[in-house]
Amino acid sequence: MVKAAFLPGPIMNHQPERNNFVIALAGNPNVGKSTVFNRLTGLNQHTGNWPGKTVLKAEGTFSYRNHRYKLVDLPGTYSLYANSADEQTARDFICFSRPDVTLVVCDATCLERNLNLVLQILEITDRVVVCVNLLDEAKRKSIHVNIDQLASELGIPVIGTTARNGGGLLELKNTLHDMVSGKIVTQPRQVTYDQELENLISKLENRLAPWLPEGINSRWVALRILERDFTILEHIMINRKPEKFPLQIIQEGIALCLQ
Amino acid sequence: MSAINNHPLLLLHEIEPLLPDNASHIRDRIVSSIYQHAEEISSQVVSNENTWRNSLEFKLDNILTSRWCGFPIMILLLTLILWITISGANYPSQLLALGLFKLEGYLLHLMTAAAAPAWLTGVLILGMYRSLAWVVSVMLPPMAIFFPLFTLLEDLGYLPRVAFNMDNLFRRAGAHGKQCLTMCMGFGCNAAGVTSCRIIDSPRERLIAILTNTFSVCNGRFPTLIALATIFMGTMFSRAYSSIVAALVVASLIMIGIFTSLLVSSLLSRTLLRGIASFFVLELPPFRKPQLGQILIRSLLDRTLFVLWRAVVIAAPAGALTWILANSWIGDSTIFAYMAAFLDPLGKIMGMDGIILIAFLLGLPANEIVLPILIMGYLSAGHILELDSLNALGKLLLDHGWTWITALCVMLFSLLHFPCGTTIYTIFKETKSMRWTLLATLLPLALGILVTIIVSQTAQLLL
Repeated sequence: MVKAAFLPGPIMNHQPERNNFVIALAGNPNVGKSTVFNRLTGLNQHTGNWPGKTVLKAEGTFSYRNHRYKLVDLPGTYSLYANSADEQTARDFICFSRPDVTLVVCDATCLERNLNLVLQILEITDRVVVCVNLLDEAKRKSIHVNIDQLASELGIPVIGTTARNGGGLLELKNTLHDMVSGKIVTQPRQVTYDQELENLISKLENRLAPWLPEGINSRWVALRILERDFTILEHIMINRKPEKFPLQIIQEGIALCLQ
Repeated sequence: MSAINNHPLLLLHEIEPLLPDNASHIRDRIVSSIYQHAEEISSQVVSNENTWRNSLEFKLDNILTSRWCGFPIMILLLTLILWITISGANYPSQLLALGLFKLEGYLLHLMTAAAAPAWLTGVLILGMYRSLAWVVSVMLPPMAIFFPLFTLLEDLGYLPRVAFNMDNLFRRAGAHGKQCLTMCMGFGCNAAGVTSCRIIDSPRERLIAILTNTFSVCNGRFPTLIALATIFMGTMFSRAYSSIVAALVVASLIMIGIFTSLLVSSLLSRTLLRGIASFFVLELPPFRKPQLGQILIRSLLDRTLFVLWRAVVIAAPAGALTWILANSWIGDSTIFAYMAAFLDPLGKIMGMDGIILIAFLLGLPANEIVLPILIMGYLSAGHILELDSLNALGKLLLDHGWTWITALCVMLFSLLHFPCGTTIYTIFKETKSMRWTLLATLLPLALGILVTIIVSQTAQLLL
């Protein structure tokens, strides 16, 4: 099962008859992520360890409208910069296991901080649904979140929930269903950087793109290389045959574009 | 072998020199772009009917963590707490000392009445009891005031703001921002501080935090610093200003400790432990109304009594040992005197003397007992004196040729010397390496010797 998790996910359009889907559950710590997880999966869950990491991995399953879902609870993180085992675990799963949907749970009382993680995930994948949780608490603090406007700003589906009492979960399940059935097309908002960075990114990206495994976002890999985070390249090389990933060419590419 | 050398993972590091130099700035630029976007979206979709409380907290945070006010407020609060501690502890300290040393008189009478041999009376009363009495009377009152005040700041939610203020400095030193938290932990106890370094994930940054934790003045050293500052620095000014001056001196020593911590971190991250600092997110929790009952119970039971108990357990045998060393004669001198004479030349260069150095050496099990051993050492050297107050202690030290420079050197050496036994053992357990443990022990010691030599020699030249 572990092995299966690291194979690239099949492409939906070619297999319309699929009815097994993997959903990754991401979010900052203390946003009610576990509540959402428990509400969706009920008692069908088990915990284990991520391969090679001392980070706890929780998995659960649920069925809805003839689809079976496996829900993988990622460690709660503020970012995906691979500063810690938690962040790296979450990032590697979203990037390399390529879940069918990444569901990001946010705290309505401090949305701004949560959006940082959402924007980072949108740089890796476009198959994202955001769940704005703790709406009841936000209301108590007289904070109002315009869910529809947030959806159009981010270019992905956004659902408001109060997972503690089950509010909004049915709508969430319907959205997940539509998402995996290919009924929803997302247009995720991309963060633009300053001009100098953008130039570096696009040069590097062009060089990288031919060599990256399918489905791995070259813009995102370019960004990581620019900030000297080579864990992504390491991961790709460990999990794929090194001869298919000629580093010399990338090196030359970097040298060229930085001159 | 060559297959391993050609492994593509090794080639990765060849990319690094090709990248622009300002790698950390690139990370900063990426992060700030993302934050800017998040802020933009959030400002459009979130409407907050700002309640009075929210805006007040926001304003308070803006002041407490601002570029200009953050550090002055920190130093001010620290000095304020120390001032309250010093001026408040003076009187109860004297009362305790008076009572405990009166008891010593009764105990001596009792031993004489029981016709106990002189050596037993010496070990039990003049060795063990006397050092215990010193530990209790010098340490208990400051701790009973300092800990509740510090816990109050903790409970209000001020400490995360301190970490926020310090983060940038630590990052510039190539260390992890969380090191500020482990450093704060070290103010309680260095061994606990070293253990708390587990919260830092990167092994490089964790080692830096472990190696520099001893520069946080721990509980065991606070009483020594407070006593010496009160006696020597406080009395240089008129009575009205003495406690505030003493508080300022202790506060500056703490700042010197923090500065050293940053300096050594920076040196390590440029030499032995090279690398760039990783970043982390620090959530500023809301300010809370402190629970006064909880604070008193927690700080008095968990901290004050805990630390006092530890000091007592170690001070008793150490006091006995010191007495034995000071009363075992070889030829016409005691073992203690031989040791003191041997260390005296080094001590003199460092602005101190042999007995002070012995006190630090014998104080290895716990910093709490350095001052009691010092007193025992001086007392056994012939001067019989009723020690019933800080004034008497001051007189004892002055009689042995102390000046404010001696006091300053002792305080600096207390700040910069080897960590206590428990901490060294903890460092070994955490790093599982003899070499890092040795470095953690010798690095601060070398710094301490260097600093005291420079200070004392400069002072001698100038005065």
